[in-house]
Amino acid sequence: MTILAEPSIPEYWRGINARFRLEGTECADCGRRTFPPRIVCPRCKSTKTIPKQFSGKGTLRSYTIVYEAPKGQELHVPYVMGLVELEEGPTVTAQIVDVNPDALKIGLELEVVFRKISAGGRRGIVRYGFKFQPLQYPLHTSNA
Amino acid sequence: MTRDVAIIGQGMTKFQEHWDRGVRELAAEAITEALQDATISHEQVQALFVGSMGRFGGQEHIGALVADYTGLTPIPATRVEAGCACGALAMRSAFLAVLSGLYDIVVACGVEKMTDLTDSGDLISALGAASDQEWELQAGLTFPAVYALMARAHMAKYGTTKEQLAMVSAKNHKNAVNNPKAHFRREFTIQQILQAKMVCAPLGLLDCSPVSDGAAAIVIADSEIAETHECPVWIRGSGHASDTIALQDRPTITNIPAAQVAARKAYEYAEISPDEVDVAEIHDNFTIGELMGLEDLGFVPEGQGGIATEAGETQIEGGKLPVNTSGGLKARGNPIGATGIAQAIEIMLQLRDNAGKRQVEDVEVGLTHSIGGSGATAIVTLLSSKRR
Repeated sequence: MTILAEPSIPEYWRGINARFRLEGTECADCGRRTFPPRIVCPRCKSTKTIPKQFSGKGTLRSYTIVYEAPKGQELHVPYVMGLVELEEGPTVTAQIVDVNPDALKIGLELEVVFRKISAGGRRGIVRYGFKFQPLQYPLHTSNA
Repeated sequence: MTRDVAIIGQGMTKFQEHWDRGVRELAAEAITEALQDATISHEQVQALFVGSMGRFGGQEHIGALVADYTGLTPIPATRVEAGCACGALAMRSAFLAVLSGLYDIVVACGVEKMTDLTDSGDLISALGAASDQEWELQAGLTFPAVYALMARAHMAKYGTTKEQLAMVSAKNHKNAVNNPKAHFRREFTIQQILQAKMVCAPLGLLDCSPVSDGAAAIVIADSEIAETHECPVWIRGSGHASDTIALQDRPTITNIPAAQVAARKAYEYAEISPDEVDVAEIHDNFTIGELMGLEDLGFVPEGQGGIATEAGETQIEGGKLPVNTSGGLKARGNPIGATGIAQAIEIMLQLRDNAGKRQVEDVEVGLTHSIGGSGATAIVTLLSSKRR
């Protein structure tokens, strides 16, 4: 059986701009922004969607703590997953790291971090991508 | 002129772990039983639709496989797939096929053999393929986690409590005690449900539907054939809607917009209003699903699913609208593809006054609500013992 939680090399490769740079698309006609990239604007149906890199600042719309992981991510449990609404509009799904679970709350301000997603699966890909952490953690708080 | 279409026979395996049987055996048992119940011979069946997600064993081409092992070849056999809504989609496809006038007798079957995947990480990965595999699952968002995000948001927005979620599970387990086909025929206390091990906070193990094997089948026919049967169950309305595959792309995550659209279409088609529904099978793949379903189907106002459940409105005894009399996905079991058909069979049994100890009194209209993924597919069906 294919291990579905782990992408194939072509699948991973074609998404690296989104995975490494948080790059989505912006509609040249109506301005709607999407993540991941889309060929067709979901609002005005224009096909003039152009790459758009997002700042990586956002707020938490909802969250959960995962105790049973998909294949290849078992070593991370328990981990926090969240829906992060970016300041530019789109919402992304990501792991929330470096956070005390007791500090989790809807509306928490977050910023993107570049992290290892998984390694050593059956396909041998070391996957990197985006996760999110609380804004100003930990350097800024220690300087405050 | 539009045809009237009815279900004239049903059959299903017990839902459980069937280690000794695969997709072909399970489907053949359910279809054979359905044909016998309908007093229809194999030669009279003109088309077959099979709903199956199929990711658990890897076998594709399940339509022809089931036709083959059921003895239905060479009729056209079509496999349909829509995550957890596979079975409901097979039923709708069969309904449309008869409605079109091209066929008079069509079989809809749902089947899933989940326990061929024995590794829990593999199972979680296979189930997660019903949501956005690339941008949800691969980021670490399991399928229960998608519903946990909705549950958390519902709790924050409307004050829904974990106890109210647990009440859904307790009620459905209680109902399943009287369903001989159910996977888990035992009761749990609210305390046991709340103390079960966490899967994806705030959802614990007893908030989640189990991994089950099973098949269910129905025979769907035109009115001319149906009227010669003793208790035809009329498909009065059917609604089907789609939405974004990923939860992240929806403006609202505290309800399932596709279910609201599908419900509206089904009610309009049937010219039936929510308050005329006597019994409902709602997609409780996770306890929060039943609460959102109550709201999306117009049975209670937005955000009030938990309060209505706590007030006992969805119980068989004394409830205004008994929900999931079969035990629901939670306790009857959830062999993915079979579930949508099993829901319709439960409504059939209720309409035929044949549901045994879980029978609801004076049932004339029943509803099934089936959700694929986190709400990217929704199918709502209205069934009645009355043709019009």
